[in-house]
Amino acid sequence: MTVPDEAAKRRIVDLFLSEEERLLRRWTQLSGASPDELRDLYQALRTALVDGAGDFADVRGLLAELSRARVRQGHTPSDTARMVFSLKEALYEAAEADGGPEALRGFVWFSQLVDDLGLYTFETYTAAREKIILDQAEQLLELSTPVVKLWEGIVAVPLVGTLDSARTQVVMEKLLQTLVETGSEHAVIDITGVPAVDTQVAQHLLKTVVAARLMGAECVISGIRPQIAHTIVTLGIEFGDIVTKASLADALSYALRRSGVEITGAERARIAVRAERP
Amino acid sequence: MNGPTEMPIATNGDVVLVRQKVRGLAAEIGLSLVDQTKIVTAASELARNALVHAGGGRVHIEVLHGARRPGLRLVFSDEGPGIPDLEQALTEGWSTGGGLGLGLSGSRRLVDEFDLVSAPGEGTRVTVTKWAR
Ligand SMILES: Nc1ncnc2c1ncn2[C@@H]1O[C@H](COP(=O)(O)OP(=O)(O)OP(=O)(O)O)[C@@H](O)[C@H]1O
Ligand SMILES: [Mg+2]
Repeated sequence: MTVPDEAAKRRIVDLFLSEEERLLRRWTQLSGASPDELRDLYQALRTALVDGAGDFADVRGLLAELSRARVRQGHTPSDTARMVFSLKEALYEAAEADGGPEALRGFVWFSQLVDDLGLYTFETYTAAREKIILDQAEQLLELSTPVVKLWEGIVAVPLVGTLDSARTQVVMEKLLQTLVETGSEHAVIDITGVPAVDTQVAQHLLKTVVAARLMGAECVISGIRPQIAHTIVTLGIEFGDIVTKASLADALSYALRRSGVEITGAERARIAVRAERP
Repeated sequence: MNGPTEMPIATNGDVVLVRQKVRGLAAEIGLSLVDQTKIVTAASELARNALVHAGGGRVHIEVLHGARRPGLRLVFSDEGPGIPDLEQALTEGWSTGGGLGLGLSGSRRLVDEFDLVSAPGEGTRVTVTKWAR
């Protein structure tokens, strides 16, 4: 039993088009996906099969979008793949009901097409998930910002990682809030853990210091390592009258002195710092 | 060993990735800690300029094998609005975006070679090179 390719393809595409409502209903049942999503996909497929002369770029675009959305919504990979693959089952039922050799042969061709699209969906799903994992790792790395009370009246923020706008906002708010809650008049911003100070980081630091000042608190920036100092100077950033100290311990003893605490030796300040850090 | 790579600059996350890549290569070719920090900072500035002022772009990263010493070359390019007045853009403190206006002029000082090509409507290309000492 041989059926010419073209006739087979035409028959299955005809079935695909004429059985629209039944297909969509079955497809929705089998896949558990939303009818709207599937209808969009159906339309895109129809366009590709009928007008697009087999150009599936739009279908792929839509699938990529759907799989990215599904990653964000927390769907599993098999769920996502099922969304595409279950079209085969739905269409097979139509081909079986038709019963003709063209329809069945055409179905084989169509199911290869669906396999391709399914694999593509799976790939975009995986890529999107990897990207999210990467982003989260980055954020974790860059997001832990405890504000700690070092001493009566002195708080500190040890910054670790990169300071982007969103994170600086968080840091700044947290610092200002802690200043109020603890009634502190001194804040130490320690940048030992910041890998590079560029103009954006500098601007954020400067803004934080100004905001703290408006609340009556004085900031000391500590932990500027030699290579960072070098880079800051070369960039042309000026910290103006902001007090900077080499280490957190130096900053603490400076703040203690300013708040009138007697210190008999640098040793003691260092011990205090250690005691307060986790 | 390290062929040229190209990285997109479309998000803040991409800027972080560019910085990490540049730091890795800078260390690998033996730049001093100060020079590593300088080229990383320049990369950070130029990547963010592409992102902020041009809506995104890309960087081409290449390790150079000079006659006497290796180097690192970064080419940042975008199809943004371009810079109408290069001299002004390179003036310290000049910013159209409420920044410190130090990124471009500062980057020039942070690297050994600096080349800026830009015209209104034609995007911007900044090429910087840092040589190992
Ligand atoms: N890729 C670019 N496309 C278009 N315009 C740019 C580009 N890069 C820089 N510019 C222009 O040059 C100006 C100066 O850039 P520069 O990096 O020195 O300062 P900035 O980005 O405004 O602030 P920052 O100090 O935070 O970097 C910018 O304000 C912008 O107008
Ligand atoms: Mg800039």
